[in-house]
Amino acid sequence: MPMIEIKNVGKWYGDFNVLADCTTQVEKGEVIVVCGPSGSGKSTLIKCVNGLEPFQKGEILVNGTSVGAAGTNLSKLRAHVGMVFQHFELFPHMSITENLTIGQIKVLGRSKDEAIDKGMKLLDRVGIKAHANKFPGQLSGGQQQRVAIARALAMDPICMLFDEPTSALDPEMINEVLDVMVQLAKEGMTMMCVTHEMGFARKVANRVIFMDQGRIVEDANKEEFFGTPRSERAQQFLAKILNH
Amino acid sequence: MILNLDFAFLTPEVVSGYVVKGLIFSVQLTLVAMIGGIILGTVLALMRLSSRPWLVMPAAAYVNAMRSIPLVMVILWFFLLIPLLSGKPLGAEMSAMITFTLFEAAYYSEIMRAGIQSIPKGQVGAGYALGMTYGQTMREIVLPQAFRNMLPVLLTQTIILFQDTSLVYAIGAYDLLKGFEIAGKNFNRPVETYLVAAAIYFIICFSLSMLVKKLQQRIAIIR
Repeated sequence: MPMIEIKNVGKWYGDFNVLADCTTQVEKGEVIVVCGPSGSGKSTLIKCVNGLEPFQKGEILVNGTSVGAAGTNLSKLRAHVGMVFQHFELFPHMSITENLTIGQIKVLGRSKDEAIDKGMKLLDRVGIKAHANKFPGQLSGGQQQRVAIARALAMDPICMLFDEPTSALDPEMINEVLDVMVQLAKEGMTMMCVTHEMGFARKVANRVIFMDQGRIVEDANKEEFFGTPRSERAQQFLAKILNH
Repeated sequence: MILNLDFAFLTPEVVSGYVVKGLIFSVQLTLVAMIGGIILGTVLALMRLSSRPWLVMPAAAYVNAMRSIPLVMVILWFFLLIPLLSGKPLGAEMSAMITFTLFEAAYYSEIMRAGIQSIPKGQVGAGYALGMTYGQTMREIVLPQAFRNMLPVLLTQTIILFQDTSLVYAIGAYDLLKGFEIAGKNFNRPVETYLVAAAIYFIICFSLSMLVKKLQQRIAIIR
């Protein structure tokens, strides 16, 4: 059974077709990179996977559970699907430690000590342990995003969704976040990443999905994708972002 | 001196006899209406921001109605209507507390609504993504931030509320103003007592405003 299965998903904002007949899947332990021009629907697609965005047509299964079905307990499902956002979305009124423990305590029912213990280990792993008592606003963008990754990992997710995790970062901070993601990929985490970091894709991705105008235009192995993309649109896109 | 003012009659005994009781009620009424109003107002705000029309419409109707009727009329109507409906009078003090809570809730709800809307949508998404329910996301993530952002405005509204409590004269409740009024009548010195009353309202409200200003600088969330 694939970890994430997306079958013929369609979504409309009024008359506007944001997602059209999207079908793909992510096997356990796979790293998938989703790229495409802005407005192509890649962020919307990844948000459909944990039900943050509703969709009108098709089906998405996460570890066998249907996301769009009426009877699905979405909160329960999301508790085990980690998500990292473009703008970090740390909780600004809580310390870094509280950011890492709130989900564990309120959602997973862990004790405070257990949650802090787990949180500290993860903070150490992403290299932010020294800042545990600070507030998000006191950290740099790269540091905040690493905390956000740690926050998602604290929930012991079965897979991780990344929605343009480095797009809002200063260039010199992108690598510190990508390093954490590469490490995670090498440890066997199932990951679906919306990103334009082709270096990251080359290094760890199994497959690359290229989207345009709400459609999955290309869904190919990394070697094939970077070798000779079949679609003209993907060739143009790659030419544009790889030449700089 | 044309006014021929004489404050000598306002001895500590007179003040404690007439005024303190009224001051205590005014403060009590303000606190009850503030706490009750903020709680009810937050519920109304959440209803208005819901995606379900059957929650939005009654809340919107309530807030708009309350904000379109003069407070003194609400105070009077409630005081007169309740005995007609329930058969027994409620008492001016109790009636005032309920009325002020219901009335202020409309204003507090608009403040809380603005506060909730000021929180980026991504914060809600982050709460949901961690597996939190709607209730948990509101309680832990959105409302604490909204409340903090809006604290100065909520307190300013409370200062206005404190001034408005003097409107309970319409139903004869014994508040700060009433205390001075009776003292003025008994000693035949109404001008002096109203002057002192105004000064006391001014001192209380002005110092609270200063306090809010100080607070505003201290509580800002680091972003």
